[in-house]
Amino acid sequence: MSGQDPIAAFRVEAGELLEQIEQGLLDLGHRLDDRDLVDAVFRGLHTLKGSGAMFGFDALATFTHHCETAFDRVRKGLAPATQELVAVILSAQDHMRALIETDGSGLEAAGDTILARLQAAIDGAAAPTAAETPAAKGWRLFFRLPPESMANGTNPLMLLDELRELGECKIVARTDAIPALAELVPVECHIGWDVELHGDISKGDIEDVFIFVMDDMELKIEPLALEPVVDAAPVDASVQAVAANDSPAPEAASTTPGRAAAKPAGESVRVPAERLDELMDRVGELVIVQSRLSQLAHGGGSAADLVLRSISEEIERLASELRDTMMVLRMVPVASLFGRFRRLVHDLARDTGKTIELSTEGEATEVDKTVMERLADPMVHLIRNSCDHGLETPEERIAAGKPAAGQVKLSAHQQGGEVVITIRDDGRGIDRDRVRAKAETQGLIQPGQTVSEQELLQMIFHPGFSTAAAVTNLSGRGVGMDVVKRTIESLRGAIDIKSVPGEGSTVTLRIPLTLAIIDGLLVRVGEGRYVIPLAAVEECIELSLEEDLRSRGRSFITLRDRLVPFLRLREMFDTGTRPDPHQKIVVIATGAERVGLVVDQIIGSHQTVIKSMSALHRDVSTFAGATILGDGGVALILDVVQLVTLGQHQEERLRAAG
Amino acid sequence: MTASILTVDDSPSLRMAIRIALTGAGYDVTEAGDGVEGLTAANGAKFDMIITDLNMPNMDGLTMIRELRKDPAQCGTPIIFLTTESDDAMKQQAKTAGATGWLVKPFVPEQLVKVARKVLGR
Repeated sequence: MSGQDPIAAFRVEAGELLEQIEQGLLDLGHRLDDRDLVDAVFRGLHTLKGSGAMFGFDALATFTHHCETAFDRVRKGLAPATQELVAVILSAQDHMRALIETDGSGLEAAGDTILARLQAAIDGAAAPTAAETPAAKGWRLFFRLPPESMANGTNPLMLLDELRELGECKIVARTDAIPALAELVPVECHIGWDVELHGDISKGDIEDVFIFVMDDMELKIEPLALEPVVDAAPVDASVQAVAANDSPAPEAASTTPGRAAAKPAGESVRVPAERLDELMDRVGELVIVQSRLSQLAHGGGSAADLVLRSISEEIERLASELRDTMMVLRMVPVASLFGRFRRLVHDLARDTGKTIELSTEGEATEVDKTVMERLADPMVHLIRNSCDHGLETPEERIAAGKPAAGQVKLSAHQQGGEVVITIRDDGRGIDRDRVRAKAETQGLIQPGQTVSEQELLQMIFHPGFSTAAAVTNLSGRGVGMDVVKRTIESLRGAIDIKSVPGEGSTVTLRIPLTLAIIDGLLVRVGEGRYVIPLAAVEECIELSLEEDLRSRGRSFITLRDRLVPFLRLREMFDTGTRPDPHQKIVVIATGAERVGLVVDQIIGSHQTVIKSMSALHRDVSTFAGATILGDGGVALILDVVQLVTLGQHQEERLRAAG
Repeated sequence: MTASILTVDDSPSLRMAIRIALTGAGYDVTEAGDGVEGLTAANGAKFDMIITDLNMPNMDGLTMIRELRKDPAQCGTPIIFLTTESDDAMKQQAKTAGATGWLVKPFVPEQLVKVARKVLGR
């Protein structure tokens, strides 16, 4: 797909529009009377229809037109927004997606069904009075300007004049908010106005009058037809009616949970992801060539070499800056990932009959685009698990003394070179006894064998493991957690699960920020060179001769009063060379687990461009990949997660042996 | 009495376009090339309305609006700024600084005149 193809560009754009519409609809489901959301959804539909027609998606344009017309009625106050309408438009929105992705053939029947439902939703919802009386009657509005607006050049009298130009007006000033004379600042405007505007006027025309002050002012616009208007009605009554309506502060509305935090994007250029990947490859090659150059430059000592060295250093700086810029280019906020789950949770709530509230935190946290794409599926599994297994039904929750609505909370934050994503629910937690029983029937543990809490929870990551008593549509088919774990580990990440019975479960994912280039620590073991991801390195210490001899067979060192298992890489890799006299230990960690790696020599830090190994080496678990060194040689990248697990096993064996 | 308008913009072509549009609609137009010039002009004479760009050398539009609003003589003078469609943050900043309204670039002369009529009422 080329970036030059307008149809391809439209598909991308339409996808984003549909996402916006979906967000708007989901929010609207919570706050049916939020005018801004109605307008936002309407604008989305409108744009989609317009550009769809422009690029030859006629079926889409026609279909969207019907939805837009229906929504326009809501926007104009002719029909109220209802849950049913939101649901219908949500399914219509799925249909639109299908129309965009295919050529639309064979989808007509489905479209017609949705349109019929849509018609029913709109007709059923329309207030009977509103249906018969078109907006020709006019509008009742109340407005109050922000106090400083007069000083800032807005003349309220001119706004009133503009309203008079639209149609016949009945204007009553409301003076209740004017402060006492002693506090009155002469340039501030505290008067509000009730206006009854008669005539065939669109709401947009009225809003246009207030365009410059609309964001900050109090403005209520209601169709006159909503209330039977008697001309002789006392003005006071209408004043009170409006006054009762305008009490909720606008700020309160904007902090309602579930409001999409997504801000409209600033100026940006859309680039196909493949081009970024290509560029990333080039930058990778550049980094490799640069380190070769740098080694060459540091080889000799003559005057010419001095010049070469300064050039080499310059290039090193540029290459590293280029690399950093490149990384930032590939980063995208997790908001777009979290956004997808709102629909998922909405559907899950409907299917399970549970009440589920999804809240998110840290949506601005950025992750490498590739990483994020690969995170989507595992997270879907985890959220499904939370909603389906974790959360109880409203009745069960009330019986357990919890609020009826279950909470699912997604949060993301950056921690060093990792992004930490947590999925937390306040459900029943993982049933230890069930996990244990299942593990025993599967032969994973022996009956009566003592296992730690953490180990027991880890059982759920075994293939084919599910504790759901019945297989439901959503989960419990035993595929999932093992796949989740594998996916996370293929991202060089880690998954951790905590659960308190009756209080809920928390799944924590730790994912490296990027997959392509890492800062590594280059070490030598025997004659081979290896790279340890620097983010995992906690410290480097020397393994003294006495310690070395003492720990033979035990392979533990005491580090700040903690026993740390270590692995002799020389033995693991079977180097067959004589050990260097001063061996070093590199202590690496994932989460709370630490392990030491004994190496012959620590060479230094190395910008490592990760090259994946061929399919032949896929089952070699100790290595995460390979890289090319400055001198053209190859170094293998150690898989930290695997090594730490190995170390832990060693520790357990020793503990078991006493 | 014809209304007088001060237009502040570093682009001569844009100033010219604004002048042609506004004088054509019967307003008196005074021009300034940046925020500093704009302030000086505004201190010397009372204008009915000021139209300013935001990005300018020497003193940008935001600063000029803030300076103008500090002057009691400029209390209530409508100030319209020129902005681009995408820059909502800038719009908010300018409003906070004390601007009355805005005009989205690129604009046609009719829009400019419409805004002037709206704000000035004549």
